[in-house]
Amino acid sequence: MARVVVDVMLKPEILDPQGQAVQRALPRLGFDGISDVRQGKRFELEVDGPVDEAALARIHDLAESFLANTVIEDFTVKVEEVAEAAK
Amino acid sequence: MTARIGVVTFPGSLDDRDTQRAIRLAGAEPVALWHKDKDLHQVDAVVLCGGFSYGDYLRAGAIARFSPVMEPLLEQAKAGLPVLGICNGFQILTEAHLLPGTMLRNDHLHFICRDQKLRVENAETAWTTDYSAGQEIHIPLKNNDGQYVADAYTLDKLEAEGRVAFRYLDFNPNGSQRDIAGITNEAGNVVGLMPHPEHAVEPLIGSGRTDGLPFFTSILKKLVNA
Repeated sequence: MARVVVDVMLKPEILDPQGQAVQRALPRLGFDGISDVRQGKRFELEVDGPVDEAALARIHDLAESFLANTVIEDFTVKVEEVAEAAK
Repeated sequence: MTARIGVVTFPGSLDDRDTQRAIRLAGAEPVALWHKDKDLHQVDAVVLCGGFSYGDYLRAGAIARFSPVMEPLLEQAKAGLPVLGICNGFQILTEAHLLPGTMLRNDHLHFICRDQKLRVENAETAWTTDYSAGQEIHIPLKNNDGQYVADAYTLDKLEAEGRVAFRYLDFNPNGSQRDIAGITNEAGNVVGLMPHPEHAVEPLIGSGRTDGLPFFTSILKKLVNA
């Protein structure tokens, strides 16, 4: 079994008021020196069977049509090996 | 025979009953549609109403957009079926790519609920002929994700083609680009807006105005005269 991770982030030109709210809270918590925060979404897909090119292509389509709204968001798809010890 | 106007209920829809009532007050017959319906029961038009379909999980409207009822709706809307999307319904229409752009969280991050002044920019769509272009109206606005965004090319195109149907007046309540409150597709049969005309149809409640009623009388006239 393998895990495929889809990260979805607002495009750089899209204002992220949630990230800004987090960033503004940082000095109050004693965290200085962080000039910007962007907030995104991470999807972890547990895939049955092999993660071959066909499976990745399907996940790419899924990310493009459903997990991300490409009007405002970019996404990346990457395969993550599930460590045996963690099972 | 009057016109039959469908109102879709998704899990989490809130304003389906108010919308049905507005349709009835305008003189048309409301038809309840369910998100799992595989056909539209021969209705003459459809309203996607406000609420938080599927809890607005993932993105507002993103999951509702893949409901069974959306398949015949997409097909028929492209063929000219009049469709009005209010608030969450507008978000569903953008997620379904029947209307361009999308909605982000309000720029100030707060839920907003107020009587909002609007200007009717396009009084020629299927849902706006009982207004006059430039008319100023007051309609309740209530949402969390109401900030309309699109790329500059799309915005310029909407403006050039007269497809900005409604604009916020006096005060931009959510950071929407170019004060856009609602838009229409090229054919004028699909209209979406964030404010809620179905909450402004009776003098007894709300602001006391009935500025939302012309949405429903416009479509009725169009369908009956068709």
